[in-house]
Amino acid sequence: MFRNFLTVVVLLGVAATPLMAQTPVPLELKSVRLDLPDSDKMFPAGPGSDAINNNCLACHSAGMVLNQPAMSKQAWEAEVNKMINNYKAPIAPEDVGTIVAYLTALKGVK
Amino acid sequence: MAERGALRGLITRRRLLAAATAAGAALSRPAWAQKMIDLPLPGGPGARQITTAFPQKGAMILQRTRPPLLETPFEVFDKRTFTPNDQFYVRWHWALIPTDIDTDKFTLTVRGHVDQPLSMSLKDILRELPSVELPAVNQCSGNSRGFFQPRVPGGEWSNGAMGNARWTGVRLKDVLDKAGVKPGAVQVRFKGLEEPVVAEAPPFMKSLDIDHARDGEVMIAYAMNGEQLPLVNGFPLRLVVPGWYATYWVKMLSDIEVLNQPDTNYWTKVAYTIPDTPHASIKPGETGVKMVPVNRMVPRSFVTNMASGSKVNAAAPTTLRGIAFGGDCGVTSVDFSIDRGQSWYQAELGKDEGKYGFRRWQTQLLLPTPGEYSLLIRCTNSNGVAQPDTPNWNPAGFMRNVTESIDIVAV
Repeated sequence: MFRNFLTVVVLLGVAATPLMAQTPVPLELKSVRLDLPDSDKMFPAGPGSDAINNNCLACHSAGMVLNQPAMSKQAWEAEVNKMINNYKAPIAPEDVGTIVAYLTALKGVK
Repeated sequence: MAERGALRGLITRRRLLAAATAAGAALSRPAWAQKMIDLPLPGGPGARQITTAFPQKGAMILQRTRPPLLETPFEVFDKRTFTPNDQFYVRWHWALIPTDIDTDKFTLTVRGHVDQPLSMSLKDILRELPSVELPAVNQCSGNSRGFFQPRVPGGEWSNGAMGNARWTGVRLKDVLDKAGVKPGAVQVRFKGLEEPVVAEAPPFMKSLDIDHARDGEVMIAYAMNGEQLPLVNGFPLRLVVPGWYATYWVKMLSDIEVLNQPDTNYWTKVAYTIPDTPHASIKPGETGVKMVPVNRMVPRSFVTNMASGSKVNAAAPTTLRGIAFGGDCGVTSVDFSIDRGQSWYQAELGKDEGKYGFRRWQTQLLLPTPGEYSLLIRCTNSNGVAQPDTPNWNPAGFMRNVTESIDIVAV
């Protein structure tokens, strides 16, 4: 009898929860207060490094750019324009050419 | 430098000064303090720092510090079926991420095309709604982007922008039912607490169709692997969209808006779109292709106990093991080949932890004679979809799932 009862419970459990299991004990969530690390990396010094440091590091650290593969001037231009047009990067128009030239010199297709 | 536009939260000049000070501190650190890894990305650069600097996180591959992009070191996948929270990969879009979350004050709002707008506390969510649990893989749309050829810009991930966790939370359906979705609702839009530095930039929001949002599987998770989420993984609430790419799994979820018109926001309509072609693949340079939002995941499988360059004994059995996942359904088989795909052998599948999770696999490999072998591993999912034998290509570097290969030497 007891054994039969167990079988019924197990079958019901399987039938009722084919995918998601019900979890009976709710978790107690604890408040969190912490600091995220900042980056200490600047773009390598060279012609245009001031322009890229001043315009780009407010929104993202330099590592993201330095980890990119070598790309053509057109591809770098597209990236900088994407930052301006899609992500509203407040880059002064006179700095755009300088930044593209810097990126092409640093990480252009050789 | 003059301040331009509306940079929120932090001033560029101050940030640069702080960074310069930190750079000084970094220079005084001995060189060996920086542990590095070399990712085998074609054409490079593959060197990345291994960082332990992020709170609540262990050793991670540093792809970007701010906003954080942290990759799971691949050996983690060999050790556990469920990726530990402290090594689960991290990917943020915007740099202003709250770092102080008071669980008594946090609220989730549900509004828009509903009968009764809601503002739910974490206590309401944990106590008033039934709790559910689901193992599921969370994978970045751009996981493995660094292997695309020709290379494409973006987060230059190796294969570790993915993880498998047991998610605990409430059904999105139950939350929507509590608010009462009005007739005519078409989509549901989700937003978290992250904000762009530039006020005019598009806030990160993603949408799901109303039927998908109410399918009973999409959930709002408050725990992963039995513990509250690390802050950088989306504490306190994260949307879980089983079988779909992680772009939909909105972190620090704070706002749910039921829409009676299709969402046209940047992150749903423009970003995260793929060519509407088989395997989301086009030829480099091809234009005029119809683009659609990235959606369901596709099958993948990986060897976790060997990498290219590994040496094994010829004519002696060697254990080969790894993980697989079906994408938007379960795993039917994992097959391997030692003769460039002429003949395939089935690996033994491990315990089925749920169709959306990782499935372990293992086999005994016997390489008959000394020499170089290219080993292929292929997953076929329960919809009958197998990994393709040629890599896909698209300009965003999304949805890579080519049959993996590793080059090993039998001696």
